[in-house]
Amino acid sequence: MTAALELSKVRKQFGKTEIIRGINLSIAKGERHALIGPNGAGKSTTFNLISGRSTPSSGSVKLNGTEIGGLKPFVINRMGLSRSFQITNIFHRLSVFENLRCAVLWSLGYKYSFWHRLARLHDARQRAEEVLELIGLQRQRDIQASLLTYAEQRALEIGITIAGGAEVILLDEPTAGMSHSETDQAVELIRNVTAGKTLVMVEHDMGVVFGLADRISVLVYGEVIATGTPEAIRNDSKVKEAYLGGTLDENPTEGAH
Amino acid sequence: MKTTMQQSYEPAAAQGRHAHRQLAHYAIWSFTALMMLVLPLCFSSRFAIALLSQMGIAIIFALSYNMLLGQSGMLSFGHAVYSGLGAFIAVHVLNGVGAGKVWLPVSLLPLVGGLGGALFGVLFGYVTTKKAGTTFAMITLGIGEMVYASSLMFPDFFGGEGGISTDRVVGHAVFGITYGPERQVYYLIAAWCLLSMIAMYAWTQTPLGRIANAVRDNPERAEFVGYDTQRVRYLVMILSAFFAGISGGLSVINFEIVSAENVGAVQSGGVLLATFIGGSGFFFGPVIGAVLYVLFAVALSSLTHAWLLYLGLFFVLIVMFVPGGVASLLMKQVPLIAARKLGRMLPSYAAALSAGLILLAALILSVELIYKLQIDSDNGTTMTLAGFGFDAASLKPWAVAAALWLAGALGWRTALPRVHRAWDDVQAEMAETAGGGV
Repeated sequence: MTAALELSKVRKQFGKTEIIRGINLSIAKGERHALIGPNGAGKSTTFNLISGRSTPSSGSVKLNGTEIGGLKPFVINRMGLSRSFQITNIFHRLSVFENLRCAVLWSLGYKYSFWHRLARLHDARQRAEEVLELIGLQRQRDIQASLLTYAEQRALEIGITIAGGAEVILLDEPTAGMSHSETDQAVELIRNVTAGKTLVMVEHDMGVVFGLADRISVLVYGEVIATGTPEAIRNDSKVKEAYLGGTLDENPTEGAH
Repeated sequence: MKTTMQQSYEPAAAQGRHAHRQLAHYAIWSFTALMMLVLPLCFSSRFAIALLSQMGIAIIFALSYNMLLGQSGMLSFGHAVYSGLGAFIAVHVLNGVGAGKVWLPVSLLPLVGGLGGALFGVLFGYVTTKKAGTTFAMITLGIGEMVYASSLMFPDFFGGEGGISTDRVVGHAVFGITYGPERQVYYLIAAWCLLSMIAMYAWTQTPLGRIANAVRDNPERAEFVGYDTQRVRYLVMILSAFFAGISGGLSVINFEIVSAENVGAVQSGGVLLATFIGGSGFFFGPVIGAVLYVLFAVALSSLTHAWLLYLGLFFVLIVMFVPGGVASLLMKQVPLIAARKLGRMLPSYAAALSAGLILLAALILSVELIYKLQIDSDNGTTMTLAGFGFDAASLKPWAVAAALWLAGALGWRTALPRVHRAWDDVQAEMAETAGGGV
């Protein structure tokens, strides 16, 4: 069975600096995979290389066995990969509902149509309403997206990402900047909306990582130094070393040993 | 339980909203059509008909421009290229009809202009829409200059300095419509204006129209939901050029002449000004802008040489104090009307308006006095303004101007806080009732 996402020997240079130094990663269909590592390890860059925001200098990125390295973002998206962003990236002057409807139009085949009337596209409306309910923003349906609270904007960000029905979902720090209760809700949301899909996420909150991920990869200085189950990663000596005596436990006070 | 309730409740609410909006749309369009029908009966002088005709043309042009600016976030400095080139193609076709070489009812000439505009949209748009933002703006400026320059290089097509003139009274009269009388031309323009308005509004309610908004707000994100933003910009540009071309075709019929000025920077700048003044954030904003612009450029220019100065000042004031344009000022009152609280605002509005009018009088008097002395003093320094005759070189009118400035400024300074206070009070009350309602 081909992997949902497979990176082999992926490298990325900016000028003379090599940010990504030969990443190998294989993520199976239906797996929830977390990408962790210290700041500047290249997690977001890896996401950019996978999703088409930037082009790998060398190596290959395969989505369901098809090479996607260096393709345009919209081409990769149409092939069934969708991503969210670390810094909220929504259509700020459109209403919440319109944000979601924009995110479903291509996947429903309406493309660049200027001969359909949006109001008559019941499937688009229905799908957008479904996602709206999924992310729990029904009451904010007609509010301009820029007026939402931060946590609501993050939920909308996830909604836009999953609305098109992509099979492979990349979430870049979905809970960054959230309070504890907001984080718990976000984890529940992610669990719900990615059921049956392949999920790759970058996350700093170890509680979220260990709560959601089937497998974890640790990225340090542009290389994957370890991949494995949460249990294996927790006990990996190389990982402990990389985090310089830091901890990978959910609860920092416990992790002092 | 609560969620299931909402589930079954939501679509019904959406449908109700939809039906309600549909009805409002029909009412607004019918009202617009009625206005277009009745206005030339109320204002039936030759000048008024000419003014209304030019407004109709300007409305189409400004709305087509706002497909780029307001709907898609593309700031173009060369939109006259499409209306102008559409007009040139239309004028050649009309001359062909006149010479008996082509068969075409004059009523359909705007369509020829539209197709011509779209053709050049396909051509130039391919280059300009490669980039967005500032780069796009710069390329449109370049293309605009290029087309204007080439108008002197190809005299056969552009008619050189004199342009190309034509005669709209050609072919057989259909139902007695010859397009000789100006009134018939007006109704042709009105019909095309209404059709174009409806079509452009309908476009905003299509997938491409909505995705254009998305590209305006956040082009990067649009790429990550499957859309090629370059393609979106290109398609919008072609459609916009089509409607610009329709306005060009109508101007051929209206003026019976097309010259290099039709593709020039003054025209491109004018439509930008009109759209900004009206407000690019609302569909009907450019309609208001176009009407005001024509009032300035046609009506005011026949009254004073300083019309361009007034237009410039008006534009600066709008951009500085009402960046959303006249439309945004109007739309701010809608929630007040809905809550039946506009009456509360009216006294303070009236105070501000009277202070504003005094300031306007001061401005007009000052500007006209300066114009008289600086530019028109060869014909003597006596002048009349609003029925009063006086000598611009004497002290008296200047003293009046100074008094008006003083009175206006004082009035404005007392009126403005009143408006703000009344506004805050009304907003607080509305927030309270909204909070109590939930």
